[in-house]
Amino acid sequence: MLKKRIIPCLDIQDGRTVKGINFVGIIDAGDPIALAKRYVEEGADELVFLDITATIEKRKQMTDLVERVAAEINIPFTVGGGINTLEDVAALIRAGADKVSINSAAVKDPRLINQIAREFGSQCVVVAIDTKWVGTEWRVVVHGGRTLTPHSTMAWSRQVEDLGAGEILLTSMNHDGTKNGFALGLTGEVSSLVNLPVIASGGAGKPEHFKAVFENTKASAALAASIFHFQEIPIPALKSYLKAQNIPIR
Amino acid sequence: MIAIIQYNAGNVRSVQNALQRLGCESILTDDPERIKAADKVIFPGVGEASSAMRYLKDKNLDQLIVSLRQPVLGICLGLQLMCEHSEEGDTDCLGIFPTVVKKFPTEDIVPHMGWNNFESTKGPLLQGISIADDVYYVHSYFAATCADTAAVCHYILPFSAVLQKDNFFATQFHPEKSAAVGATILQNFLAQ
Repeated sequence: MLKKRIIPCLDIQDGRTVKGINFVGIIDAGDPIALAKRYVEEGADELVFLDITATIEKRKQMTDLVERVAAEINIPFTVGGGINTLEDVAALIRAGADKVSINSAAVKDPRLINQIAREFGSQCVVVAIDTKWVGTEWRVVVHGGRTLTPHSTMAWSRQVEDLGAGEILLTSMNHDGTKNGFALGLTGEVSSLVNLPVIASGGAGKPEHFKAVFENTKASAALAASIFHFQEIPIPALKSYLKAQNIPIR
Repeated sequence: MIAIIQYNAGNVRSVQNALQRLGCESILTDDPERIKAADKVIFPGVGEASSAMRYLKDKNLDQLIVSLRQPVLGICLGLQLMCEHSEEGDTDCLGIFPTVVKKFPTEDIVPHMGWNNFESTKGPLLQGISIADDVYYVHSYFAATCADTAAVCHYILPFSAVLQKDNFFATQFHPEKSAAVGATILQNFLAQ
């Protein structure tokens, strides 16, 4: 049986792992290579590295980090943050990334999704959708949640699927950092709407939150950051708990 | 020396990295002479079937691969190209394994992406591997089961997870991305 995936996300700034609470107030959580290796040993199913500096000068630094990660770890990993062009993607794939995650650049120019899919295959295009509830509907936000776009999250999800996305990484900005649980309604709606794997993100604080998102939605994976970095929820304990709850887990 | 056939833009470095972690040197090459001279050959692949076959034909690698006598391991698209035909781009493939490659019906999420275990296993590549062990897949097309199927995986329907005929081995999953289980499978190949 296909297993539900548990994915730790490592936010990277200047070569170090950090995690913002609602993307502000950053705390250092260590060396990304050491952390990545620990996650692999603990049974993480995939890793996501998100470059939150992502200025042009720093991009080379990220490529170097990707090369070191690729040499050290033996599970799939995604790299995101500051990817704007096909050349950015090519550099990361060449360095050993299995997938790339694009966000603001896809909103700005949706054709980029199609270009990456054609050049490298849909399997390597993760479209990250950050979304905020605006009272009447879920809307797509960009620039770390600072800019509201006119796209409805449902319509945008469909569009990225049509353009050749291989996976959707769905983050509720209302839930991110709260530790009150994933956005079940949102995740349920998007994962039923598209026929792509959806990674639920934002809000995980307890093992029960993972159970809830896997039981109540069609999410294929769930992602979290700080609860794993600071070992508030150790991955082995989370996976044993979910197995005991009859969730298919590796 | 192990030759990894380089034939498209995909992430082939990960196979080389995995071999290196097992203490094994390899070269990435599309040079027929170097491939022919290698002790073992790995035929990886991420991408689209028809453009991959076109590239192989342009480089005369199609004839070369089927004529190899040393152990050969196809991975993912590599496995699919070793079959007779693929629905992806209506492509005639290498014809090493007597089966065809079809697109998954969309009754469930496509691609089949993530960790899945086996329904059955046999043969030298899966020595020491239990049917409960999970390996990492990412694919939208599958090879139908046939006489050369050495392991079956189930997603929407049963399909060939591993194919083997004589010196030709192939996995639909990515052993290089399948943690310790994948490392064991690669080691089993290296022991051939």
